[in-house]
Amino acid sequence: MNEITKDLLREISEWDGEFKGAYNIRENGQCAGRMSSKNIKIESKKDQPGLEIFVAPGTKNETVSIPACVTHGNVDDLVYNDFYIGEGADVTIVAGCGIHTETGEPARHNGIHRFFLKKDSKVKYLEKHIGKGHGTGLRYIDPVTEAELEENSVLEMDTAQIGGVDRTTRITAAKLGEGAKLLIRERILTEKQQTAKTDFKVEMNGKDSGVDLISRSVARDDSHQEYHSVIIGNAPCTGHSECDAIISENGKVDAAPELHARDNDAALIHEAAIGKIAGEQILKLRTLGLTEEEAEATIIDGFLA
Amino acid sequence: MLRLENISWSTPDGVGVLKDISLTVPDGKLVVITGPNGGGKTTLAKIIAGLYKQDSGRIFLDDKDISDMDITERAGAGISFAFQQPVRFKGITVRKLIELSAGEKLPVDKLCDILSKVGLCAEEYINREVNSTLSGGEIKRIEIATVLARHSALTVFDEPEAGIDLWSFTSLIKTFEEIRSSLKGSMIIISHQERILNIADEIVIVANGSIKAQGKADSMMQKLNENHAISGKCYKQEAMF
Repeated sequence: MNEITKDLLREISEWDGEFKGAYNIRENGQCAGRMSSKNIKIESKKDQPGLEIFVAPGTKNETVSIPACVTHGNVDDLVYNDFYIGEGADVTIVAGCGIHTETGEPARHNGIHRFFLKKDSKVKYLEKHIGKGHGTGLRYIDPVTEAELEENSVLEMDTAQIGGVDRTTRITAAKLGEGAKLLIRERILTEKQQTAKTDFKVEMNGKDSGVDLISRSVARDDSHQEYHSVIIGNAPCTGHSECDAIISENGKVDAAPELHARDNDAALIHEAAIGKIAGEQILKLRTLGLTEEEAEATIIDGFLA
Repeated sequence: MLRLENISWSTPDGVGVLKDISLTVPDGKLVVITGPNGGGKTTLAKIIAGLYKQDSGRIFLDDKDISDMDITERAGAGISFAFQQPVRFKGITVRKLIELSAGEKLPVDKLCDILSKVGLCAEEYINREVNSTLSGGEIKRIEIATVLARHSALTVFDEPEAGIDLWSFTSLIKTFEEIRSSLKGSMIIISHQERILNIADEIVIVANGSIKAQGKADSMMQKLNENHAISGKCYKQEAMF
């Protein structure tokens, strides 16, 4: 494992020289370390690059870390990871990706994750994406997440991409069974000429299923973000999506939320707000002694926290 | 001590709002500025805090000329300003906002001290966001807590009673009575409320951009009660609720 990978790991995961629990470290498309635990087995896929991760039924309070790092340009990494979460398990998955390039060549990581949550299982999924290095080569991270949630299972996704990634297309799709809950909290900051596109599709097929999708984004400089969400209620269910964006300088944000109620007892709500930082917010913080620049940074940090 | 000398201000399209206002707020005193709506009270408060820049006149805080200081510099010089309509922030917690006000990280017991002064339980509030989930009464109290955390030489409250319901108002008055009893530094409250006027040391009536009358609270209250015409019916008795 090279030094750049170590630096990236510290930022995208809780790595402090070692991981607690099962892990697999992916470095420039290769495995740089792996350990399974008694309840969490990590195996290589046989037909394509990637992993199969099996969490035994009833596993409680364990963590599995699967960070991916690209440490130089001219790498196009594609990986397929499947997570099989056993009945009644309650685990945390720490994903995350760091891209570093010092050259003019592009660097890309494309992680395709599929989650299969059995009845009554619970997963907290943490994903942090960063771009580093001084190279002019574009940094791409294009994650695809697909999830199938069985009866009364819960998937909580907390994702953050705070600058440094030049191009990203995020696709998330989920199908929810009876009583299943999906909670998504996404934060994206783009700057300079960066672009980010995020696309959600959630189908609620089971009675009393629910989704809460909160996306917060900041588009600075000449960056451009697109948000698109589709929430489909095919059963008595609750769906809530919220898209808030702050734009500054020439930043641009397009938001296109869709709600589809296909059952008389589907209750779906969408809230969206796009705008620059409210002048009153800056004034308030200045009356507390902050400069205008400090006030802006505080507002954005809080918004994306 | 705050001293205003000949302050005038007009809107960008030339409508005179404040005309040659001079006023002194002594150390350790609570001055309530009242008067009819549109008379210039809030504008005066904003000029003191630096949110508006006066067209002419000078402002002194403890004999230091702060006339040309911007908002941030005035905050640093010792002025706090509580907004009439408190600002909401998505993602910023009550704890963070109070720590920004205090200029340092605070342990829970300190946060508890500050929030209990405005009748809030720290445990219940410090991790809540200062967003639209807070009621009008709650955000008003948090706004007051942010200025109390600063221990400023001068604190300006712009119509603390505005935009809250009767029940929140009644307990807010108690909060101000308690703040009054332990007042350090000077305080200005812009208000229409009799119970706020009742705790003042001095009352100033501002109407049509000028000071119409000012004096010790007892004598001013007497005048106001004798003749509403003096105040232009500028304050509301509680019975009106």
